Amino acid sequence: MIKIDSPFTKEKLAGLKAGDKVNISGIIYTARDQAHKRLIEMLAKGGELPFDLTDAGIYYVGPSPAHPGCVIGSAGPTTSYRMDAYAPALLDHGLKVMIGKGPRSESVIEAMKRNGAVYFAAIGGAGALMSTSIVSSELIAFDDLGTEAVRKLIVKDMPLIVAIDSKGGNLYER
Amino acid sequence: MREVDVKLITEAVARLAIDTNYDLSRDVKSCIHDCRLKEIREAMDSDNSGLAADILGMIEDNIELAAEKNIPLCQDTGLACVFIDIGQDVHLTGGDLREAINEGVRRGYEEGYLRKSVVADPFTRINTQDNTPAHIVMDIVPGENIKITVAPKGFGSENMSSIKMFPPAAGIEGAKTFIVETVKNAGGNPCPPIVVGVGIGSTFDGVALLAKKALLLPLDERNEDPAYAEMEDELLERINELDIGPQGFGGKTTALAVKILTAPTHIAGMPVAVNINCHVQRHKSVTI
Repeated sequence: MIKIDSPFTKEKLAGLKAGDKVNISGIIYTARDQAHKRLIEMLAKGGELPFDLTDAGIYYVGPSPAHPGCVIGSAGPTTSYRMDAYAPALLDHGLKVMIGKGPRSESVIEAMKRNGAVYFAAIGGAGALMSTSIVSSELIAFDDLGTEAVRKLIVKDMPLIVAIDSKGGNLYER
Repeated sequence: MREVDVKLITEAVARLAIDTNYDLSRDVKSCIHDCRLKEIREAMDSDNSGLAADILGMIEDNIELAAEKNIPLCQDTGLACVFIDIGQDVHLTGGDLREAINEGVRRGYEEGYLRKSVVADPFTRINTQDNTPAHIVMDIVPGENIKITVAPKGFGSENMSSIKMFPPAAGIEGAKTFIVETVKNAGGNPCPPIVVGVGIGSTFDGVALLAKKALLLPLDERNEDPAYAEMEDELLERINELDIGPQGFGGKTTALAVKILTAPTHIAGMPVAVNINCHVQRHKSVTI
């Protein structure tokens, strides 16, 4: 089993191949549809983002509410293509890891190759399982968005599969 | 004439919404397990990477964890689809039925720590914060019972669904090709392995409802009509030959089942609808 820790530098990701099983640990941020829209609007205005994109990872997830005493609720991936319109700009600003499910567009893959980024798949519909690798969760932006708010997660050995690697190797196009 | 207080309906909807988000029915679990065994055999026979079997193993682990640690199976706890068959000899008391159902959804999603995934308007997209309104399908049936089914629908799979108004000349082959193509186009997006609900006949709106109702059928029961049972078998085989596989990474398990419901239609038409659900095939019913 390959293990990778944040920050996700180009060097750490370069050797990963589509199909590799990887456990990642460290800091990742949650963002899905509405948060992406806002991040892109902030970038367009030249404003500062709620977190530094350099060598960062974004998990496409809108978790269910945490039971009392729990870190987070169910937290599996949402379908990634809905973020395709926004992802290339984030990648060009330093984002290196995206975690979601389902295929990506050509323009996202081109931006990944350009920036040495990797797209990981988490198991869709396995939100209970995925949540067990989340050690802490802190809401850091857009709290009005509820489940779609941006959270800073600390994860330990989150089980992922390299779906598209930094050379464009693509598990969806076998 | 039997009097039923709508409070009972509120309580039933709340309970069903919670239960179905934490535990799948036995037919779904055993179908996933059988598919996993098939993928393990396939991996041994063909010397593939075993990824399909591994993913199905993680899906089974997820089902176990959800029940054991009390975590919803999937974070998308769905738009609450509520089907209610009301006996015509029932007199409902105590308030507005539709509001009673929505109150059940409100309560269930709050008490069950379920995600609120409904926005009030398709464009302004402000979350209603309580997962209402539910999608409610009411029917009046003989008798004095009330049957309530809650089927939370995730939208990763809902977004991959499709409808087509065929001319009758398209025939059964046209329908089959459309169904297989819909699954092919969905690829890895709807969290395969999926369940394919198919509606054929009726009207534009009616056929979509047939497809959605097909998703409520038990996976371990065959279609009573031998011709449609055969069509379901053939479609499942063709779909599982697409090599989409669990999560879209290849394999023989793209769909767990194909379920068809049909209805009479117009001399000029042959509507076909395909409603896709993921492996988190949630629905629970109660009769009061």
